[in-house]
Amino acid sequence: MLIRLENISKYYLMGDQKIPALNGIHLEIAQGDFVAIMGASGSGKSTLLNLLGCLDRPSEGCYRLDEQEVSQLNADALAALRNRKIGFVFQNFNLLARTSALENVELPLYYTPGFTAAERRRRAIELLTRLGLKDRFHHYPNQLSGGQQQRVAIARALVNRPPLILADEPTGNLDSRAGTEIMTLFRELNAEGITLVMVTHEPDIAAYARRTIHMRDGVIQ
Amino acid sequence: MNFWLILRLAIRSLSRNPGRSLLTALGIIIGIAAVIAVIAVGQGASSALRNQISSMGSNLLVIFPGSSQAGGFRGGAGTQQNLTQEDSEAIQRETHHLVALSPVVRGGAQSIFRENNWATSLQGVNPDYLRVRNWDLQEGDNFTEADIRSGTRVCLLGNTVAEQLSPGESLVGKSIRIRNMPFWVLGVLAPKGSTAWGQDQDDVIVLPWTTLRRTLQNSRFNNFSQIIISLDSLDNLDAVRAEISALLRQRHRIATGADDDFTITDMTEITQTITQVSTLMTLLLTVIASISLVVGGIGIMNIMLVSVTERTREIGLRLAVGARRRDLLLQFLVESMVLSGIGGLIGMGVGVGAALVVARTNNWPVLISTHSILIAFIFSAGVGIFFGFYPAWRAARLDPIESLRRE
Ligand SMILES: Nc1ncnc2c1ncn2[C@@H]1O[C@H](COP(=O)(O)OP(=O)(O)OP(=O)(O)O)[C@@H](O)[C@H]1O
Ligand SMILES: [Mg+2]
Repeated sequence: MLIRLENISKYYLMGDQKIPALNGIHLEIAQGDFVAIMGASGSGKSTLLNLLGCLDRPSEGCYRLDEQEVSQLNADALAALRNRKIGFVFQNFNLLARTSALENVELPLYYTPGFTAAERRRRAIELLTRLGLKDRFHHYPNQLSGGQQQRVAIARALVNRPPLILADEPTGNLDSRAGTEIMTLFRELNAEGITLVMVTHEPDIAAYARRTIHMRDGVIQ
Repeated sequence: MNFWLILRLAIRSLSRNPGRSLLTALGIIIGIAAVIAVIAVGQGASSALRNQISSMGSNLLVIFPGSSQAGGFRGGAGTQQNLTQEDSEAIQRETHHLVALSPVVRGGAQSIFRENNWATSLQGVNPDYLRVRNWDLQEGDNFTEADIRSGTRVCLLGNTVAEQLSPGESLVGKSIRIRNMPFWVLGVLAPKGSTAWGQDQDDVIVLPWTTLRRTLQNSRFNNFSQIIISLDSLDNLDAVRAEISALLRQRHRIATGADDDFTITDMTEITQTITQVSTLMTLLLTVIASISLVVGGIGIMNIMLVSVTERTREIGLRLAVGARRRDLLLQFLVESMVLSGIGGLIGMGVGVGAALVVARTNNWPVLISTHSILIAFIFSAGVGIFFGFYPAWRAARLDPIESLRRE
């Protein structure tokens, strides 16, 4: 199992009020799966994805990523884990402004020990070429369309060859054609063995996944 | 990430906003320029003063006759005529550590050569005077003991006098007139420049003291305006002063407890005062410069804080893709360091330029020590680290999820 969540809960403290976001989640995701998470706004989808992405720690429960217990790791260890094993794709792309597509893709490799500048560049070129951005290497994000920006962001997520890609509403800011392109890309990546977990509001986007999880009030139904 | 990579990224990130970076660094530029210029100017000025003092001769002792006393009334220093040739000879004979000694009789006169005339001061001395004053002849020869004994009408011209009486033509071997008496010019003295208080040392005619006393002043007395002595080393100054004082007190039969009837002065007090003043000035200006550096540092801190806020999402993203907190701390710290470092470099250029201009216009030696450049650079980098730390710490402390969500 790539991902194993046991009885995961997450509370937010607002003053002395305890706001539950996740309530005893059990979830297993195997290597090579493609999971869509759906649910009403506020049901805890993003919270769950952030936990899976080791951006946050659960209040309770146990999270094993790639057979490693991660809920007790310190911040530096989590950073290293995110760097090697997880690629993030965001709704708003989160590309660095006034930074070329190539450099945006290279970003995670700056935090991976042992990469030379040449290797970083080679990988970024390889990925952008593969994602059909061969003649956009030196474009800044504001010189790219939304779909192109999201593909740069996906190249960035893939650059360190992680086994897991997490995407929070990756098509939320795209029109349906660009959305379909991204989903086709996700299917391809999944076919190569990459595990994907994706939050979405749209059923036809979720339809690209192998399976869909529905959430309500912090629990999986 | 290694340091060079961080440095490169910092430079790239700052160059995305060159105008703002330059304005941010302006405080540091001004501060460092001020430090460099102030130190250079201060050191240049004080070394110029020191040069002037040593041009007068730094290990000098000057003995003046005391004030005259008549029925409770006391004249000023030098009014008594009790410093005699015998005193001078006794000092010469009995004092240790003397290099040279010369009596000085002062006077003044109009000097004339052909159609030129010039009012100047006269120094009646003995041949050792040039050695005492550490003064060279530009051309010609010194007079001798024989000239002293017979009161010959010979003289040495200070550079200014020579220039005034006969511009562009040597006067050595020629005859000039002093108080309408012909004097043979034996030599011309090398230029010595002004004293620290602006008096032209070259505006003088040096001649045997006997000639001045007997021929020009018509006096049969053998008393001096002063006796000037040079020592082998300043270290012996106090010992020699004591020796001379004891000798003169004995010769003048001064009772124990009574006041001296002579005054001994040396140059160390003047040197000390000038050094103190210039040290104080340098200190004061350095404090002002430091304040401007601190202000510059606060400017950097301010902009770095703005930058951290503006780049919150970038920080969140970097954290998400695997940056550790210390990577971010270092990133922002290096950015502010580069900012202030570059400011420091530009400031150095400006400061050196300003120092050169000031030194040139004042005719001071340019003293830009590597020392002060090093201090300035360490200071500017230090300002960057000190004032960059808080913003960098703020950046490193951000929560990745919150930061990513920020619009
Ligand atoms: N930092 C926070 N502090 C307090 N409460 C929070 C915080 N983040 C999330 N919550 C709460 O946790 C719950 C789940 O939020 P979450 O963002 O996971 O919802 P979501 O399913 O992603 O919603 P959406 O579809 O609108 O993105 C919500 O009730 C939200 O108010
Ligand atoms: Mg959400």
